[in-house]
Amino acid sequence: MSLSVDITRSLGGFRLQAAFDAPDGVTVLFGRSGSGKTSIVKSIAGLIAPDAGRIALKGRALFDRAKAVDVPVHKRRLGYVFQDSRLFPHLSVRENLCYAARVSGRGARNPDEVGDLLGILHLLDRRTHALSGGEAQRVAIGRALLSEPDILLMDEPLASLDGPRKAEILPYLETLQRKTGLSILYVTHNMAEVARLATHIVLIDEGRVIRSGAPDELLTDPDMVRQLGIRDAGAVLSATVSARPVDGLSELAISGGHLFLPAIDAPVGAALRVRILAQDVILARTRPEGISALNILPVRVLAVRRGEGPGVIVQLQAGDDRLLARITRRSADALAIVEGAECYAVMKSVAVSQTDIAVGLQSGL
Amino acid sequence: MTAWLGPEEWQAVALSLKVSFWATVLSLPVGLLCALALARGRFVGRDVLNWLVHLPLVLPPVVTGYLLLLSFGRRGPIGSVLYDLFGITLAFQWTGAALAASIMAFPLMVRAMRLAIEAVDPRLEEAAATLGASRITVFRTVTLPLILPGIIAGAVLAFAKAMGEFGATITFVSNIPGETRTVPSAIYAFLQVPGGESAALRLVAVAVIIAIGALILSEWLSRRVARRISGT
Repeated sequence: MSLSVDITRSLGGFRLQAAFDAPDGVTVLFGRSGSGKTSIVKSIAGLIAPDAGRIALKGRALFDRAKAVDVPVHKRRLGYVFQDSRLFPHLSVRENLCYAARVSGRGARNPDEVGDLLGILHLLDRRTHALSGGEAQRVAIGRALLSEPDILLMDEPLASLDGPRKAEILPYLETLQRKTGLSILYVTHNMAEVARLATHIVLIDEGRVIRSGAPDELLTDPDMVRQLGIRDAGAVLSATVSARPVDGLSELAISGGHLFLPAIDAPVGAALRVRILAQDVILARTRPEGISALNILPVRVLAVRRGEGPGVIVQLQAGDDRLLARITRRSADALAIVEGAECYAVMKSVAVSQTDIAVGLQSGL
Repeated sequence: MTAWLGPEEWQAVALSLKVSFWATVLSLPVGLLCALALARGRFVGRDVLNWLVHLPLVLPPVVTGYLLLLSFGRRGPIGSVLYDLFGITLAFQWTGAALAASIMAFPLMVRAMRLAIEAVDPRLEEAAATLGASRITVFRTVTLPLILPGIIAGAVLAFAKAMGEFGATITFVSNIPGETRTVPSAIYAFLQVPGGESAALRLVAVAVIIAIGALILSEWLSRRVARRISGT
């Protein structure tokens, strides 16, 4: 267990009462804005003090009210990537990257390896004001990494960036975790980032942890759909590239069969994670024929959840994986979609966007 | 310069430079502490400190000078202690002129520094702490470099103000040639005697040049602090 948190903090009318463990890998704190995620991360970093409780990192107590332990920020050995990059304006990129090594004994002096990993080597001698938002954020990540932290805290690191810039940084984050093996606590309210990065999810609402678990289990839990947002509901599947792309489509093997998706830039055998949104899944009782959709998986209905609206959420078993489908209540009744029913899940290949495919990260580590 | 200025005038200019230099240098650390306390401190008596720092700006200089004479004179509460313990006298000495000048210039210095400190984004200091910098290191490596132009601007302003200080100086340390006769006191003295106008005018020219130079320098430095903090 890499990080363990059990804290309470009251401020005004807001009460934070959070207890969770973050295993090695990428733990995502997911919740709406104002749900208390940032307060949790700031407490871990020591930038704000909880009223009570305990925070331990790799067995080392950072904060323990009962034992009067409160390690000062600079001795907590953690990297913090803020929403805004917070680069030092009076220092060059290189000086920013090497700041930790300069001010404390720990930290790497040579920025080359991390710089290469983040694609910022060509920026080393620039002044920080000459950087784009995406570049500045990558330098900020590099600066935190070079302090050789025990854990990397990332507080909505992509929130201030526009779509293309986000897409530019996400692959770096995936590579980062794979190559360094560093534990990351990642705060976001963006489901796409959760689906791509999380190996463990902690769901926060109104200052409390309402659920935590592995993404394949938590994201396909129909009871969680309301919390996660109905439009963003969807499963994250582990897949392997099984054939080279033919006419623009890659073939992927998943536990329940094969998927054809728009060509993915990964070698045969590469492990991927693919996000399939519930609203992109169609259900059929018999194997459909003469249909343009290429992906047809035999599935069994595990659960059906009716809400107040016209839709229902159907949880499906496909091989070892679980899927979610969102269909209308009328269709569910007409097709007799009930628990235990055998049917077929149909997905258009082009429904899965490239930004929903992560290379190199297995879900549910 | 020596040919253009007579020996008496030159003496006044040299003395003014010496007084202003020491007044500025010695009040720098105190000024920085006050500016930090006012910009960042949350303590009881912060308002009182603010009020004390600004008092010389609004009090008639003669009043400040007289208060200095009362407290730092040989028999004053502070002056007697300084004399008994260290043998230091300030009244009617050039050191007293430096003290009067530094007190009169203090509000300007603190103001410039305080503005520079308040312009520093505390979130940068947070980031530095997460990277392993202790509070003192954060100050040394982030805060201080960012406010340095503001500190220099404050010092330049204080120097210029010290060069021109008259009321408090003449009340506290009188107008003794070679000891406390600074440029403004000398101009005043020259104007009291017939035929002194040309000497007075030459000193006026010197004072104007130094004042304008200081203003330009401090303006340029303030712009640098703004640029440095915004990072452009």
